Amino acid sequence: MVASKTSKKDLLAYYEKMLLIRRFEERAGQLYGMGLIGGFCHLYIGQEAVVIGIKAAAREDDSFVTSYRDHGHMLACDMDPKGVMAELTGRADGYSRGKGGSMHMFSREKNFYGGHGIVGAQIPIGAGLAFSHKYMNEDRICFTFMGDGASNQGQVAETYNMAALWNLPVVFVIENNKYGMGTSVNRACAGETLYGRATAYGIEGRQVDGQDVLAVKQATEDAIAHIKAGKGPVVLEMMTYRYRGHSMSDPAKYRAKEEVEDMKTNSDPIVRLKGLLMSDHKTSEDELQAIDKNIVAIVKEAVEFAKESPLPDESELYTDVLK
Amino acid sequence: MTTTTVREALKDAMAEEMRRDESVFLMGEEVAEYQGAYKVSQGLLDEFGDKRVVDTPITEHGFAGLAVGAAFGGLKPIVEFMTFNFAMQAIDQIINSAAKTLYMSGGQMGCPIVFRGPNGAAARVGAQHSQCYASWYAHCPGLKVVAPYSAGDAKGLMKAAIRDPNPVIFLENEITYGHEFDDVSDDEDHIIPIGKAKIVREGKDVTIVAFSIMVMYALEAAEKLAKEGIDAEVIDLRTIRPLDKETVINSVKKTNRLVSVEEGWPTCGIGSELSAIMMEDAFDYLDAPVARVAGVDVPLPYAENLEELALPRAKDIVKAAKKVCYKL
Repeated sequence: MVASKTSKKDLLAYYEKMLLIRRFEERAGQLYGMGLIGGFCHLYIGQEAVVIGIKAAAREDDSFVTSYRDHGHMLACDMDPKGVMAELTGRADGYSRGKGGSMHMFSREKNFYGGHGIVGAQIPIGAGLAFSHKYMNEDRICFTFMGDGASNQGQVAETYNMAALWNLPVVFVIENNKYGMGTSVNRACAGETLYGRATAYGIEGRQVDGQDVLAVKQATEDAIAHIKAGKGPVVLEMMTYRYRGHSMSDPAKYRAKEEVEDMKTNSDPIVRLKGLLMSDHKTSEDELQAIDKNIVAIVKEAVEFAKESPLPDESELYTDVLK
Repeated sequence: MTTTTVREALKDAMAEEMRRDESVFLMGEEVAEYQGAYKVSQGLLDEFGDKRVVDTPITEHGFAGLAVGAAFGGLKPIVEFMTFNFAMQAIDQIINSAAKTLYMSGGQMGCPIVFRGPNGAAARVGAQHSQCYASWYAHCPGLKVVAPYSAGDAKGLMKAAIRDPNPVIFLENEITYGHEFDDVSDDEDHIIPIGKAKIVREGKDVTIVAFSIMVMYALEAAEKLAKEGIDAEVIDLRTIRPLDKETVINSVKKTNRLVSVEEGWPTCGIGSELSAIMMEDAFDYLDAPVARVAGVDVPLPYAENLEELALPRAKDIVKAAKKVCYKL
């Protein structure tokens, strides 16, 4: 991991948040298997350091927008795990009152703008949020996430162009987990890098070790400084990996088991941070286990809440179509 | 009341609302320095500057999505499509992002935005530049769809659309941009509510329902019908979604006959919807089956004679009206 000036307290907070995402997603996977979560469910396991590293560098009022692999981003934005899980189970107490589901959740209060189900659609939306921040002189940045698969959408090129032309305060985060559904990056994406496409528009970009929360944080701090200096948007290509299939219905037969095991063993973001905490910050196993225990309890509470929350009232069918 | 063109009325509506509300801005291709491809935004750049009158690259999907994001962020964008034909590039953002997100967010994520521009056939521009999208957008919950005819309605409805907290599709017509009307209000707070049709000619024998430029042909047809002893009532729908069923049904209760007129294709069109409404809600009042006048079911041809044959004209409406009056 990159050398750290980050305090132990902060590191423990990142550890806790990453672990929350991991345990939350594990339980979501179980609930899906039990039939309590329906439809599509895209888990974030393996990629936790990306969103937590970014959130660690971002300001609280910065806006976040992403695709349908969104549970981690919501938890990173401090949305209540109970409300997120209850939305996954399609219940009245979910963030969208059961009408959005896994892929469509939002919290204006927490500056999380979705949760978008169409691959790539969130990218111009993110630039539009940045446009609004700039228009209203808000000094906020929009962090706009996409996968490697989305990076091939035409909207990305369209958005890079406008974001650069108009000097919008936006960080484009490509979470390159090496597969767009079942197609590996080298079968889908021409060119050496994904961030490199943005450089044609004069947008600064780089690859980052997305399994290293501190490397992510550092890159994000640099990106923020670049934007605040008036130098325009930034693209960060986070090299990461998802342990599970594209969605719960994907057995992931397009990659070798050894590849997944190698990533889990040698590049797990939580294990790496744990190692740093133990080696450089004298954190004990007991201390870490206490965190783990607390997280398990939080997730358990969320699951119970999501199971017990009622289905939406039938009158909800007709509400929220128009304001 | 003042006499202005539809073009000026639309521009005045945008300017008045931009003066009234800092969060309203206009974006689109050629809206600023070029003063609008059809000059609808003439003068707006001078008054409001390039922060609020934004020239975009030719990138419909991108700027439509960006504007949706800006609306989520608290602004009230007016997005001009040079024509609605080009909005097909952007229709995912219009439907999936603008129209559905309020529902999918349990009411959190309102999207106050106006998508506007000329819709339907102009003159001799061929199939790809000559399509009516009224029924496409009218199909979708989460949208309002407006298609006025007169300048006064264009102004009052544009102001309503900008103030509306929902996404509004505002279908204009290139040919009528230069038409003058004397029904334009000078009152800056004169709003014409979305969802209200207007009886533009009273009559007792047959109801003709039209919108946008087809109102012009419907009125022309009504004059011709009058000479033949048929007293037609003409309704300008003005709004396609939500459709003002009540005004149409009340008229049919009086005339017992309905002719629908639209420039778009007949299949699953606005006329189909009106026919269904008649079946469901006014069946007992009908003395004849509903007649649909619509664009011919082909891509619009370029040749002058073929184009004329493909688009609904007053003579087609006259024929349909006589048919439902059993006077053919």
